[in-house]
Amino acid sequence: MSEQPNEREIDRSKMEVTDEIAIHISDMNKWFGNFHVLRDINLEVKRGERIVVCGPSGSGKSTLIRCINRLEEHQKGNITVDGTELTTDLKNIDKIRSEVGMVFQHFNLFPHLTTLENCTLAPIWVRETPQKEAEEIAMEMLKKVKIPEQAHKYPGQLSGGQQQRVAIARSLCMRPRIMLFDEPTSALDPEMIKEVLDTMIELAEEGMTMICVTHEMGFARQVANRVIFMDEGQIVEQNEPVEFFNNPKSDRTKLFLSQILGH
Amino acid sequence: MSKLAYVREKEIPQSAPPITEVGIIKWLRENLFSSWLNSILTVLSLYFIFILLKDFIPWAYGAHWTTGSIRECYDVNPDVACFSVLTARWKQLLFGFYPPEEYWRPTLTFFLLILSIIPILFTRFVRFFWFSLLYPGLAIWLLWGGSIWSVAIIYFGLGLGFLSFLIMDSRLIRSASISLLAACLITVLFFMFLASFSAEMLSSLIPIYLPYVESLKFGGFTLSLIVGVTGIVASFPLGIVLALGRQSDLPLVKMICVGFIEFIRGVPLITLLFVASVLLNYFLPPGSNFDIVLRVIIMVTLFSAAYMAEVIRGGLAGLPVGQHEASAALGLTYWQSQRLIIMPQALKISIPGIVNTFIGLFKDTTLVSIISLMDPVGLASLIRADTKWNGIYWELYIAVGLMFFIFCFGMSQYSQYLERKLKTDN
Repeated sequence: MSEQPNEREIDRSKMEVTDEIAIHISDMNKWFGNFHVLRDINLEVKRGERIVVCGPSGSGKSTLIRCINRLEEHQKGNITVDGTELTTDLKNIDKIRSEVGMVFQHFNLFPHLTTLENCTLAPIWVRETPQKEAEEIAMEMLKKVKIPEQAHKYPGQLSGGQQQRVAIARSLCMRPRIMLFDEPTSALDPEMIKEVLDTMIELAEEGMTMICVTHEMGFARQVANRVIFMDEGQIVEQNEPVEFFNNPKSDRTKLFLSQILGH
Repeated sequence: MSKLAYVREKEIPQSAPPITEVGIIKWLRENLFSSWLNSILTVLSLYFIFILLKDFIPWAYGAHWTTGSIRECYDVNPDVACFSVLTARWKQLLFGFYPPEEYWRPTLTFFLLILSIIPILFTRFVRFFWFSLLYPGLAIWLLWGGSIWSVAIIYFGLGLGFLSFLIMDSRLIRSASISLLAACLITVLFFMFLASFSAEMLSSLIPIYLPYVESLKFGGFTLSLIVGVTGIVASFPLGIVLALGRQSDLPLVKMICVGFIEFIRGVPLITLLFVASVLLNYFLPPGSNFDIVLRVIIMVTLFSAAYMAEVIRGGLAGLPVGQHEASAALGLTYWQSQRLIIMPQALKISIPGIVNTFIGLFKDTTLVSIISLMDPVGLASLIRADTKWNGIYWELYIAVGLMFFIFCFGMSQYSQYLERKLKTDN
């Protein structure tokens, strides 16, 4: 929606795309009842890639990234994450989920736990990290998202932007190798979008593999190495950001870009 | 254009509020006399309270406490209460037909009950939780008597099962479900073959006995508390399991839970109690003697567990789906996320409903008078059948009502404390 020019120069020294395959999706299809949400999705994500997925609402972009950590089940095709294939095998699902972090549009923090407890919960119970160590990791991550002073507050006492940064820190505490962002700034007041985007940019600068469903085209231009446009459950176009924005190929993409950038 | 432009140049300082906006005057104005209609209602209510108390206070204040029968009360002054019935029969209202020389046992059990629930109610005493675990066995032994070893051996068996589960789960098998199955097997085998034998042996070696008191002698408030507290403690976890089962993806589990809940909710408690007291004997093998109090407790527990399940289901439904997704995305297993994320929040939302069910259960224990167990209400009828006290109504029922009120009000107050304590937003 908004094209926010960021004053800061992006440090690209660690932002490199390797040859290692992080996610491999081939001929993946998904239906909600009779509705064919995702059609023949083929996607290969290399380690270190920063991918922005955009498209009109209902185009299946959220469903796509939710399939990657099995919040949604695909019915046809293969998804392989870090060499582990997603099947009905619960062990594989748990393994993938503990290595793929996810940030939601509505934060989904646990309101009955403090910020710190939100961050230490999964390391303690899933990774069996000792509590002390988990707390140290959590404080480190909260420092990274710049809210260590809120560690002992409850989510309900924080602003939207702070909550989303806690949600990012909570995911990072599991030391994920891949981060999925599902419209992380869509539920935020305009004033708070920037603080969340800054956090995401810093993550990108550290070389994190990221897939972001977002309409922040400024972010896409600055950080992404690939932009994917989806419509009606299909990948319509993908390209590097400069080409994608300046020289879109398909008519559907042109229409979409003119609508979101045209004001 | 210039008319629209405005810039504040001077800050307005804070000043004290007007007198009508502070203290008692504000409170009166807002709460009692905020409008003409409210003022009239306030005055009318005050009048009603006045005429109630005008008669009640002299009636209760000048009451007889020491006369020997209701006749004597009427002879002295028929216009005041005759609480002598309580003086004469209070022990029976509290203990039923429990042998008088053993009254110390239910009394001690009651005080220990208070001690044992403190660690559950207040987190800062949680280090005494071991006593809460020990208490049920202690209470059973104190109330019914017999050899202490028959109770201790149950604890030993359960402890054995738990320990073997821990050892197998962490050292040997490392699969929770198989370890659980094996631990259950060990426990069952222990109770089948070793328990009664070792209990008898220990009893003969170190005899620690209390005189046995049979269940039919139980009565009064003791009985209400036994049935009520056990029912509350047992129906809560059962309700959680039923609520989870009702939401399960496994069709068979779901069907069983839904069937159970709908069946129990569709049948009046009195029917279930009759089943417990009369019909159950037909279904049990002849000669088996299944304790009547235990039967009643089971029925009351099942009954309120069904209600509890629905209350908790309401709490579960009130949680945003994002909570499930977030815990799944972090890699928590189903049971971890239920225990750490879903249940704490669902139970918190359901506190008012849960306490409502608890209070309902506690008051429903008076229904056992239907199957001729002597709870306080049954005893009140019994006392009124005595020629000495024939014709007394208010005094007895006020006393019984007051006893129940104290407990129910306590539960309600605690639930409000808990809600305040668990409030985490703002």
